[in-house]
Amino acid sequence: MEYNSLTDYLLLIVAAVFVKNILLAQYLGNCPFLGVSKKMETATGMGMAVVFVLVLAAVFTWMTYTYILVPLKLEYMKTVTFILVIAALVQFVEMFMKKSMPALYKGLGVFLPLITTNCAVLGVCLINIDKEYSIMTATVFSFASAVGFALALALFAGLRERFEIAAIPKSFEGTAIGLITAGLIAMAFFGFAGMVNI
Amino acid sequence: MSVVKEFTKGFWQELPPFRLVLGLCPTLAVTKTAFAGAGMGLATTFVLVCSNILISMLKNVIPAKVRIASFIVIIASFVVVVEMLMKAYAYPLSQVLGLFIPLIVVNCIVLGRAEAFASKNSVIDSAADGLGIGLGYSMALALLGAIRELFGAGTILGGTPMEMLAFGSSFKPFSFMVQAPGAFMCLGLILGFIGFLNRRYNI
Repeated sequence: MEYNSLTDYLLLIVAAVFVKNILLAQYLGNCPFLGVSKKMETATGMGMAVVFVLVLAAVFTWMTYTYILVPLKLEYMKTVTFILVIAALVQFVEMFMKKSMPALYKGLGVFLPLITTNCAVLGVCLINIDKEYSIMTATVFSFASAVGFALALALFAGLRERFEIAAIPKSFEGTAIGLITAGLIAMAFFGFAGMVNI
Repeated sequence: MSVVKEFTKGFWQELPPFRLVLGLCPTLAVTKTAFAGAGMGLATTFVLVCSNILISMLKNVIPAKVRIASFIVIIASFVVVVEMLMKAYAYPLSQVLGLFIPLIVVNCIVLGRAEAFASKNSVIDSAADGLGIGLGYSMALALLGAIRELFGAGTILGGTPMEMLAFGSSFKPFSFMVQAPGAFMCLGLILGFIGFLNRRYNI
C-alpha cells in the first residue's frame, strides 16, 4: 500500500495505535509490559522512553539498511546490524540526556538500558523493512506503534495499581493475575479489529 | 553429577516461562499450534546451546565492560544462522514463526543464561544448562500451543502429517483461544495453576 495523503497516514496511526496494538495484538514488548507496570509513574516513564527511542531507532535502522546493507548486498545481516545500531543508539541517547537534559534523564534514565532488549523496538524496525515502508511511513508507523505501547502500558498500570486493594486468590498473585488482566484489555482492544486494515 | 543437575533444572526448577517468567513474547505469539510452539522452542534451544558454549569458551577473553554487547553480537550471529537454516530446510515453519525468529536475539532467556550462567561456568556445564533450559522452554511452548490449538481450532498436532480432529467435525472452534486475549488468559491460568501447586504441595 502506498501512503500519499494525510488520510492514509491518519489511518495508519489509528491502525497502529488501536487495531494492531503492538502489545496486545502483535505480542511485542511483553517483558517490560509485565515488568514495569506495577506503578503508574514507572509505566508512563517507560512509555515515553520507548516513544523517544523507537522513533530514533526506526529512522537509524531504516537508513542503515537502505544506504549500507542494500548496496553491499548484506540484507541477511539486518538482525545483527539492527541490534547493534539500537544498542549504540540507546547508549548514546543515555549519555546525551545525562549531559544536556538532566531533568529528563532523571525521569527516563533508568528505563533506557532496558529498551535495548525490548523486542518492540527491534520488532518495529524489522516490520518497517519487511513491509518496505518509505522513511516517512516508517517514522509515522514507529511513532504510532510506540504511542500504542505507551497507551496499553499506562492502561495496564492503572488497573494493576488496584490489585493492592483487591482480594486476589493467593495462587494467582503477581504475574498470573497480570496476564489475565492483560487478556481482558486485549479483548477490549479486540473490539477495534477489522476497523482499518494495514 | 553436576552436569545432570544443570541439565535437569530446566525441566521444572527453572522452567521458562512458567517458573522464570522470561521470554514471553514468543510464548504468547507463536503458540497457536503445538507444532509452531515446539519449532520456536527448538530454534531458541539451538541458539541457547551454541551461544552458551561460545560464551563460556570466551569468558576469559571478553572484557567485563563490554560483555553485554559482545554477548548480543554472539547471540545475533547464531540467530542469523537459524534464520537462514530455517528458510532453507523448514520453509513452512519459518513462514509461521515469521518475525519471531529474528526476535530470538532479544529473548531475555538467551541473554539471561549467557549473563547468569555461561559467563561463569565451564563449557560442558553451560552446554547442559542451555540444552536443559531450551528443551524445557520447547516443552512449555508445545504444551501451551497444544491447549490453545485444542480449543481454538479443535485439532491435535495441526500442521503436521498426524493432524486429527479432537471433537469431531461438528465442533465449533472457540477462536478466542487462538487470538491475542486467549494467549494472555491461557498463560495466566497456567501460571495460576503452577502457583497453586507451589503453595499446596510445595514443589
